[in-house]
Amino acid sequence: MNRVFLKGVRDGIPIAMGYYAVAFSLGIVARKAGLGPASGFMSSLLTRASAGEYGAYSLFADNASYLAVIIMCVVVNLRYLLMSASLSQKLAPDTGVFTKILVGCCMTDEVFGISINYPGLLNPRYTYGAMTVSGILWAAGTASGIAAGNSLPANVVSALGVALYGMFISIVVSAAKKHWKLIVAVSVACVLSWLFSIMPYVRDIESGTRTVILTIGVSALFAWLLPASVETDDSKVTGEHE
Amino acid sequence: MSERSLFIYIAVTALATNLVRVLPVLLIRKRIENRFIRSFLHYVPYITLSVMTFPAIMEATSPAVGLTTLAIGVVCAWRGLGLLPVSLICCICVFLLQLL
Repeated sequence: MNRVFLKGVRDGIPIAMGYYAVAFSLGIVARKAGLGPASGFMSSLLTRASAGEYGAYSLFADNASYLAVIIMCVVVNLRYLLMSASLSQKLAPDTGVFTKILVGCCMTDEVFGISINYPGLLNPRYTYGAMTVSGILWAAGTASGIAAGNSLPANVVSALGVALYGMFISIVVSAAKKHWKLIVAVSVACVLSWLFSIMPYVRDIESGTRTVILTIGVSALFAWLLPASVETDDSKVTGEHE
Repeated sequence: MSERSLFIYIAVTALATNLVRVLPVLLIRKRIENRFIRSFLHYVPYITLSVMTFPAIMEATSPAVGLTTLAIGVVCAWRGLGLLPVSLICCICVFLLQLL
């Protein structure tokens, strides 16, 4: 099998571990909405969005209108618009429409995180590899959660859940090491994020929406104050094209 | 009120979510030259991941366990360990700290 695809699979393993744990708890919500293991598996495989699915299943359970479901999906997943825009600059200019659609559909927070970290232009096979392993475990986790209810020990679930954060830390730190501006921006973002979680009124905003507000605000602020020297990115077109 | 179809619910959710993911990458065809926008898009992924990690990592467990795990993860990543090792170390760290 393709080496880049396999590298994507390997880097996707920590994502998949975390997904399994998170999806397991999502399965408990899906069960209340009337999904069985099979429909939960399909639904999670097709959608792959933690906050989005959580909100959607709550709406299913309330017998809400289809329009309400659409609005919820768009608002909660607004950050994917930004990620997708970012992705457009990471793909080779001659990338075909079909590949763009496929890679676009692979964008979850985590798979986006490692894809954007890929050296030079993105080789789509890397993203496909990571999505294959993480998508299947995300769906399997949901199905298990629906089937099993609440049987994994709580300390195992919380330990697995931190796999995602470990991965985020790894991505941010390895990039920040090379760009001092990023260290400043990330530090400010963390302080603001913490303040947002404790301040009255602001803390009541749904966490997906808070993420969008903070991301746009802090990124715009630093793009203006400390424009990153992204021009250098043009010279390192060193992605593995085999 | 009539019972809505679970099948249509699932289809609508999947379609709406994936459209959000696909539209920008499909519609933005040119290389963006504007320095502000390029910088903005450069910052976006790292800022998103940061605000999703902090302070959520403290809520996933207890604040003390979360902060210790965060610090250990940052040190390991700074020293050059990759995605999988850093993730595993964080998991083991949380599991052991919870036993205390």
